Amino acid sequence: MEVERPSIDVRPDRPWLTIVWNDPVNLMSYVTYVFQSVFGYSKEKAEKLMLDVHHKGKAVVSSGTREEMERDVQIMHSYGLWATLQQDS
Amino acid sequence: MSAAVRRLQVTSPDGVGVCEDARVPLGGTSESGERTVSSGFSRGREGGVVTTFDEAEVSILRSLASHTLDLVEPGETGDDPLERALGIGPSEKPDDPVLARLFPSAYEDTEQAADFRRYTETTLREGKRADAKIVLDSVEHGHVELTKEQAQAWMRALNDIRLVLGTRLEVTEEVHDELAGMREDDPRYPVLVLYDWLTYLQETLVHALW
Repeated sequence: MEVERPSIDVRPDRPWLTIVWNDPVNLMSYVTYVFQSVFGYSKEKAEKLMLDVHHKGKAVVSSGTREEMERDVQIMHSYGLWATLQQDS
Repeated sequence: MSAAVRRLQVTSPDGVGVCEDARVPLGGTSESGERTVSSGFSRGREGGVVTTFDEAEVSILRSLASHTLDLVEPGETGDDPLERALGIGPSEKPDDPVLARLFPSAYEDTEQAADFRRYTETTLREGKRADAKIVLDSVEHGHVELTKEQAQAWMRALNDIRLVLGTRLEVTEEVHDELAGMREDDPRYPVLVLYDWLTYLQETLVHALW
């Protein structure tokens, strides 16, 4: 039986998001370094995202197509960051 | 997330503060009494980094990197030749909390998470194993010089080792403060000192690469 997958929506106006979640092990400096080197963000932007993760528990670190976000999540996992993707609601 | 190690700020100018403590798990100081203990990484030539390790530190790092290799086995791709060729691996989230942390689910939805895992976990496993092998191949007693690529592999490998230890020990963000107030005869003390030293190493490595 085909199960409905309502979370998949092909409308182009709803981008996919890569979300990084806070955890007690990853270093603040390391996470900032990863955001800078992987996404090419400025130090200021990378630090702000890192602090969002730290204080709010999570942050959207990139957005785009589903394929692009799957790639970003995989890269985050390769650095040991806890990342998930979901479609913007 | 974990802030910079408290110990980093109180390390004496000759850089031995953290490392004296790091010897505790091995139960002794070097017989030669040489002051070659690691004071962490610093910038090297052409984007690389340099550091110094004593024998005890080399032994600890070797054993921890080997542990990563034992824990993160090569990706299993099943018997299907097509699956092997495409590197298609397991779809189940690992039961072990440590492996579940090293290989997190990418989607909240179980079915989508399983699909993603099937196509990515084998590659991730290979990457983590490759990083751990670079540590094993390049760690040695005395002066150590790493290229930028090796240093980046070390940075990820140290992070994996800390994720493994941190998850097993159920550390919190306050672990370094907790350690500062802990009695030395506390059963958790030696392994937390080790964790603290690894944190310090990784912290200095990140700054040396920046």
